Amino acid sequence: MLRLVPAGAFLVLIGPVLAGLLGAALPAFGYLPAIGGEKLSLGPFGDLAAMPGLLRSCLLSLTIGLVTTALSYVIVVAFIAGWRGTALFRAMERLVSPLLSVPHAAAAFGLAVLIMPSGFLVRLVSPWATGWQRPPDILIVNDPLGLAMMAGLIVKEIPFLLLVSLAALPQIRAGQFGHVTASLGYGRIAGFVFGVLPALYRQIRLPVFAVLAYATSVVDVALILGPTTPPPLAVRILQWQADPDLAMRFVAASGALLHLAVTGLALLIWVFGEKAMARLCAVLQTAGRRGRDDKVWRHLAVTLISASAFIVLAGILLLALWSIAGLWRYPDLLPEAFTLNVWVRSLPGFAVPLANAVIIGIASSLAATAIALGALEYESRAGLTPTIRALVALYLPLLVPQIAFLLGLNVVFIWAHLDGRLAALVLVHLVFVFPYVLLSLSDPWRAWDRRYGLMARALRHGPDAVFWRIRLPMLLRPVLTAAAVGFAVSIGLYLPTLLIGAGRWPTITTEAVALAAGGNRRVIGATALLQALLPFAGFTLALVVPALLFRDRRAMRPAA
Amino acid sequence: MSKISGMSTTNNIGAKTGLTLDKVEITLHGEPLVAANAHISPGEILTVMGPSGSGKSILLAYVAGFLDPVFSATGRIRLNGLDVSDLPPERRGMGLLFQDPLLFPHLSVGGNMMFGLAPAIKGHAARREAVEAALRHVGMGDFFDRDPATLSGGQRARVALMRTLLSRPEALLLDEPFSNLDTARRGQVRERVFAEARQLGLPVLLVTHDVADAKAAGGPCIELA
Repeated sequence: MLRLVPAGAFLVLIGPVLAGLLGAALPAFGYLPAIGGEKLSLGPFGDLAAMPGLLRSCLLSLTIGLVTTALSYVIVVAFIAGWRGTALFRAMERLVSPLLSVPHAAAAFGLAVLIMPSGFLVRLVSPWATGWQRPPDILIVNDPLGLAMMAGLIVKEIPFLLLVSLAALPQIRAGQFGHVTASLGYGRIAGFVFGVLPALYRQIRLPVFAVLAYATSVVDVALILGPTTPPPLAVRILQWQADPDLAMRFVAASGALLHLAVTGLALLIWVFGEKAMARLCAVLQTAGRRGRDDKVWRHLAVTLISASAFIVLAGILLLALWSIAGLWRYPDLLPEAFTLNVWVRSLPGFAVPLANAVIIGIASSLAATAIALGALEYESRAGLTPTIRALVALYLPLLVPQIAFLLGLNVVFIWAHLDGRLAALVLVHLVFVFPYVLLSLSDPWRAWDRRYGLMARALRHGPDAVFWRIRLPMLLRPVLTAAAVGFAVSIGLYLPTLLIGAGRWPTITTEAVALAAGGNRRVIGATALLQALLPFAGFTLALVVPALLFRDRRAMRPAA
Repeated sequence: MSKISGMSTTNNIGAKTGLTLDKVEITLHGEPLVAANAHISPGEILTVMGPSGSGKSILLAYVAGFLDPVFSATGRIRLNGLDVSDLPPERRGMGLLFQDPLLFPHLSVGGNMMFGLAPAIKGHAARREAVEAALRHVGMGDFFDRDPATLSGGQRARVALMRTLLSRPEALLLDEPFSNLDTARRGQVRERVFAEARQLGLPVLLVTHDVADAKAAGGPCIELA
C-alpha cells in the first residue's frame, strides 16, 4: 500500500499538467468536436495572430516576469549578504511566515489602496506638500507599463525567496564561508556573492524558476493592479475563454500554447542571464576586488526589503480600516466616522464563498499532507534518498504557466463530466498545494532522530506503531505547519478555482478579485481582509494545537 | 578487520539458552569490517571494546536487526535457541539502551513506560500498576505523570532502563549507555543495569570505549583495533 504512494504523488503532480497541456493542444489546432472543431488546422493560430495588441501583451508578460523575478532575487540576496547574523536579520526572519501567508490578491488590494491617487500615501503628503486639493489625475494603479503590478508581485515574492534561502543557508554552511571571505578582506556583500552565492543559488534555482513562471502568467494580481490596454497575455486568454462567441475558445487554446512559449522564453532569457552573471563574477573575482565599501548597497537592500514588508502589512491594515470606514473624504488621513454597515450588509453574502474556500482548502491541504507523509514514510522505510528527478516533478506544476494547462484540463474535465465537481476542484488545488506541503514538511521530517524509531522497534513495536505513536506526534508541529502552508496556498488560488469550478464554487478569493473592477473600497476591504485572515487562522491553529496538546512537555516546545 | 572470538567459560556454542553470534561477519562494499563468533550465557556480560570507527556499533545494530543496508552481513544470530537473524527488530526480543536515554518527549514518564510494557500484561489497572511498581523499584514512585524533560540525567537513565526491561527482552544490547552520565552517576547506573540483567538472567552485549565499564562488567572482553 505504502509503496504506491510515491507513484500516486507523481501522478497527482504530473498527470493533470500533461492532461491539461494535451487538452489545450487539441483545440489550439482546431480540434474540439463538442463545439464544432472536427479537423486539425492552423486556423486558431491565424486568428490569434490577428488579435490587436497581441505582441504588446506578450512583451508585458515577459518583462513583468523577468523584472519582478530579478528585482526580488537581487533584493533578497543583497539583504542576506549584507545583514546575515544581525538583529535586523532575525526580525525579518520572524516576519517571513506572516508575510508569506497573505494571499497575492489581498496584498495587491492593499498595495492599491496605499498607492492609488486618492490612496493613503498621497493623502499623507497632500495637500500641504503637493498642493493637490483633489486626487491627482494620474494612472498609478493599472498603469500601462505594469509598474504597480510588478510592485505587487515583488512584495510577495521577496518573502518566498527569503524563506527558501533561509532553509538552504544551513545546508551549505554559509556561516563558515562568511568567516573565510571576511578574513580574506572581502566586504560583506562581495564575500557573500563570491563565496556563498554559487552554492546558495544552486539550492534555490528551482524556486526562482517557479517565481519567474508565476510572475509571467499570474492572473489575479494582473486583474487588480495590471495594465488594461492591453492586459498581459494570461488575462487576455481568460477574456477569450469567457467570450460568448464559442469560436474564441480555439483562440484561447492557441493563446495557452503561446503562453507556454512566452514563459519558456522568459526562462531561457533567465538562464542566459545566469551565465552572463557567472562570467561577470569570475572576472571581478580574478581581479581580486574586495568590495569593502558596500555601505550604500547594504542600506539600499534593507530599505527596500523593509519597504516591501511595510507595504504588505500596511496594506492589510488599510483594507481593515476601509471596511469599517464611514465618511472618508480626500485628503483626510483617517475616516470621520466608523461603521459596521459593510460587514452587516455583506456578511450573509460572504457565508457561501467563505465556506467553499474553507472546504476546498481543508480537503486539499489534508490530502496533500497525507500523501506527503506517505511518500516521506515510504522513503525512510525503503532507505531511499530523494533524487533530482523527483524534485523537478515537484516543481513542474509551478514551472508551467497555470493558464496553459488549466484551460486544457477544463476541456478534459468537461469531457469526463467532472467539470464543476468539488472533487475535480480539490484535485486541481492539490496539484498546487502538494509541492508546497512536501517542501515544507520534508526537512523537519528527515531531520528527526532515527534512534527514537530504533528504540521503539526494540521495545517490540512494528513500523506502523512507530509512525503513528512516536514519529507523527513528535513531528506534529511541522506537520500542522505544512498543512497550514497548504491551506494558505489553496485559499490564494484564483485561476484554478475560477476555471475548474465553472462558476459553481465561488470562493472568497474569486469574489474578491471580481470586485476589483467595481472599485468599492469598503466591500473590497472587507472581502480582502477575510481572504487574508483565513491563512492566518490556519497558521494560528498550527501553533496553538501542539502548544495545548503538549503544554506539559518542555522538549516539545519550539526552539526559540 | 576487527575479529571477535570470545567463547565464554561454558564454551558450548549452539546451547539452548543465551545469545549466540555464529560466525558473524560484516562487510562494507566488499571490505571486511568486523567479525564475531561468540556465545553469551544468561546473566553474562560480553564487553566489546574499541575506538570509534572500529565497527562495534555496527555489530550491535546487526544483532538488534537494523543494520544500515549499505553494509552486508553473513552469519547467524541465535537467541535462546531461536534463529532471529531474519526477524524484524520488534520480534527479536533484544532490549536496547543507547548513550542517550531517548525518552519520547511527547509522552510522560509513565507514558514512556506504558509504551515499553509488554502487551502480555492486559487491562489498564494492571498495566498502570506494573509501571508504578517498576518506578518504585528504582525509587521514582511518584514520577508517573512527570515530563521526561524535567528529570535529571540519572533519573532519565533509570526510566530508560525500566522501560526496556518492561518490554521483557530476552537479551540486552548496550551501546555506550553510560558515557553521557557524569562520573558520580556512571558507577551507580552501571551497577544497577548489570545487577538487573544478572537477576533476570539476560545475556548482555556491551559496546564501550571505557575500560571502567569493561572492568565492572566482569565478563569476557574483546578489544577491537
